[in-house]
Amino acid sequence: MAKLDLYNIYLSMEREDIILSFKGDITKELLSSVYQIVEARIETDNEDPKKKKKFFHVLVECLQNMYNHMESVQDISGTDEHTGSAIFVIGRTASGGYRINTGNFILNENAGILKDRIDKINAMNPQELKAYYLERLGATEFSEKGGAGLGIIDIARKSGNKIEYDFQQPSPKYAFFTLSATIN
Amino acid sequence: MIRMDNLIIEGTGKTPDIRFNASGAIEIGGKSIPENSIGFYQPLYNWIDEYVRNAADNTDVKISLEYFNTSSSKCLLDILRKLEALQKSGKSKVNISWYYEADDEDMMEAGQDYDSLVDLPFHIISL
Repeated sequence: MAKLDLYNIYLSMEREDIILSFKGDITKELLSSVYQIVEARIETDNEDPKKKKKFFHVLVECLQNMYNHMESVQDISGTDEHTGSAIFVIGRTASGGYRINTGNFILNENAGILKDRIDKINAMNPQELKAYYLERLGATEFSEKGGAGLGIIDIARKSGNKIEYDFQQPSPKYAFFTLSATIN
Repeated sequence: MIRMDNLIIEGTGKTPDIRFNASGAIEIGGKSIPENSIGFYQPLYNWIDEYVRNAADNTDVKISLEYFNTSSSKCLLDILRKLEALQKSGKSKVNISWYYEADDEDMMEAGQDYDSLVDLPFHIISL
């Protein structure tokens, strides 16, 4: 690593109103610490408690969605240098909301399915989202990843906003998937 | 008759407070956001399966969760379905009280969601 201009990094994080950012291995222990840090941090925010609760709820789903994806990539790929590492940035929006960004590698072959799922969910209105959530909750068995396939629906439902996403293709095998959820 | 042990698990920042009493008082409270919900809920399933064999006349279930993740939502439904089967068997009268903090519409709606998914007397109560 080259010598960094930390003051500039600090200023840019300050400007973007970042609460917490991390790049590296995502473990359950790390996530536990993140929940604690964020809960303590937002306690001092002069915001509607309902909004803070919604933010925390969506944060948990976003981070666990990332964690579940990463695990499966690790399992399949073994030693690939890209795997096991991810990034998240949590901050405030200019209009006083909260934003959660996550980025992680997934297998290229899974990118299309994931994109279709998010597009389908983004096209739903709140009533359709509720109905779809209940349908999946009532019908699904746990996937091998430990999720019930409900996370993405819940992120859309609770945040009240469309899920923003992007796929980059750094290698023939892996896509870098970024997800961004906003709570107004 | 084999006397059954109560199941008491203290809550943490990630897992709920569990008070499962063989006398029929069953309580779940706090937060439920573990990454691996099955790992936490499996002992609860086991306890309920055993309880069902010698259930009390009345099973009084109190759920007062601050919030839970989607991974836990499936586990909660599985518990409610086990209790629904108990009710249907006629061995115990099951009553569900779902508590939510006043103004927490999301948790109130979550209670309504479960009410729509299981056939049990469901009381949704503001704290």
